[in-house]
Amino acid sequence: MSWFTRKERGIQTPTEMKREAPDGLWYQCPSCKHVMHSREHKLNAYTCVKCNYHEKIGSEAYFSVLFDEAEYTELDADMISGDPLEFEDTKKYPDRIRDTVKKTGLKDAVRTAYGKMDDIDIVVSCMDFNFIGGSMGSVVGEKIARGIDHALQNRKPFLMISRSGGARMMEAGYSLMQMAKTSAKLALLSEAKLPYISLLTDPTTGGVTASYAMLGDFNIAEPGALIGFAGPRVIRETIGKDLPKGFQSAEFVLEHGFLDFIVDRKDLKDKLASLLRMLQ
Amino acid sequence: MPTTYLDFEKPVADLESKLIELKKLAETTQVDVSEAVARLEDSIIQLRQDTAQNLTRWQRVQLSRHPDRPYTLDYIELMCEEFIELHGDRTVRDDPAMVGGFCNMDGQTVMVIGQQKGRNTKQRQQRNFGMANPEGYRKALRLMLLAQKFNKPIVTLIDTPGAFPGLEAEERGQGEAIARNLKEMFMLKVPVVCVVIGEGASGGALGIAIGDRVLMLENTWYSVISPENCSTILWRSWNFKEQAAEAMKITAKDMQMARLVDGIVEEPLGGAHLDHKTMAETLKKTILGHIKELQQLTPEERINQRIDKFCAMGVFSE
Ligand SMILES: [Zn+2]
Repeated sequence: MSWFTRKERGIQTPTEMKREAPDGLWYQCPSCKHVMHSREHKLNAYTCVKCNYHEKIGSEAYFSVLFDEAEYTELDADMISGDPLEFEDTKKYPDRIRDTVKKTGLKDAVRTAYGKMDDIDIVVSCMDFNFIGGSMGSVVGEKIARGIDHALQNRKPFLMISRSGGARMMEAGYSLMQMAKTSAKLALLSEAKLPYISLLTDPTTGGVTASYAMLGDFNIAEPGALIGFAGPRVIRETIGKDLPKGFQSAEFVLEHGFLDFIVDRKDLKDKLASLLRMLQ
Repeated sequence: MPTTYLDFEKPVADLESKLIELKKLAETTQVDVSEAVARLEDSIIQLRQDTAQNLTRWQRVQLSRHPDRPYTLDYIELMCEEFIELHGDRTVRDDPAMVGGFCNMDGQTVMVIGQQKGRNTKQRQQRNFGMANPEGYRKALRLMLLAQKFNKPIVTLIDTPGAFPGLEAEERGQGEAIARNLKEMFMLKVPVVCVVIGEGASGGALGIAIGDRVLMLENTWYSVISPENCSTILWRSWNFKEQAAEAMKITAKDMQMARLVDGIVEEPLGGAHLDHKTMAETLKKTILGHIKELQQLTPEERINQRIDKFCAMGVFSE
């Protein structure tokens, strides 16, 4: 059976764009300082019209870039973190979660949705760096796992958009095992011969790089994204000298053979659709 | 005799040196001190038991790094009648921080793979302190697939402060190497038994720790980051390592309670470093027992159970 079966329309629920900047707001590029209308910025897939700087956007923005008419159905939207270790550093973990939920309007560091991308059914899990550095805890692992389950059950391709500092230390051992859980599900997706595309965005490091982000049939990245296992600070301390320019950039990682291609966000949807059509 | 005493081992060490003196005295003076010796030996055992019962999580971390603790190759030597070491990842080079090969364990051929630490300064450098490079993980995977080809069970021994965070490691894809191992290990058709024998730090440990059974020796730790690095990141200082160890709940008992590992292997009184032989005997018996159990299942059953077990890990509400 092909994964490319067209399903009946009608299950999508239009989702309003809560966190979109209201009309009339201006956006200033942090890289070249060019000022543009935020609507123009959005139409440009949240990249600078002048210097092509890729703004670090979150799940809502990616969903609006990728899904046709920005229509999608979110999965497991209400899943929220537990506190199995009763973890406390300078702050209690549940307090940290509560404050972050309040500040970001997000429930955790990943959201999963399905819908049509250029008329192709697809499941997308997308990380939100705003939520405790996009760190991977139980909710992140479980939501990705269930996103893959949905892809398996409905024979849809799966797209993972990573942006993460790595593990969530407040979940210690549980956090570590999410690397295993997501890799297990990806092994099943592989066996089912369903396409898995992993998009690495700025930054993708630590346990995320060492699990699902590097396991794509296609590993792709946004221009200039920092991609690595160890963070630059740790490596600098290990080798005791400064790192070469461009080290761990998407271009560097491509050159070393760990990416299939780098894609401009403006071309992302078209290129992914073309790629998936070729696999039909 | 141990070469090193940890701070909390000092009281025992004092009693032990007293015992030696007493025995020496008896030899030179021909006085019968057998009763005193027996008493002293009793109190040493008593003190060791008390110490063992009251170990903090940080003290277990210290024990897991004890310089006299048996390492992977020590276990292989003590558990196996034969060992043919296999080298190289067939791409870049041989990584001395990751060792492996076919072993004969009580008549059963087993592929044993593990991180290897060094005993002295020179060896430590050569073994890179047990921190493997990508080629180490790729060598491990190559050996696992070799074991699968010849239908032999796999045993991995985990003892690493982490995957090496170096320049070349990044160039050669440390993240990709570990990720691939995770995915491939789930699909291995042969039984896989993993044992944390010392330190189990982060993805560097997990990269060879996807098993049908994952066990921890009593005085080991296993978590997403070392207590020191956790302290540095969350408390912004190296000084909160004890608190970090407590907060992350990283000991064998903690990990078993959380159902993140399947079992604990008991160590000799005071720790594995005090009696390599007994430790290795216990471990060998445990490993062979699990292999026997796992061999009763079909490959499909093992793979499904392995996947289900890891997929059940995590705490959340909805
Ligand atoms: Zn710009």
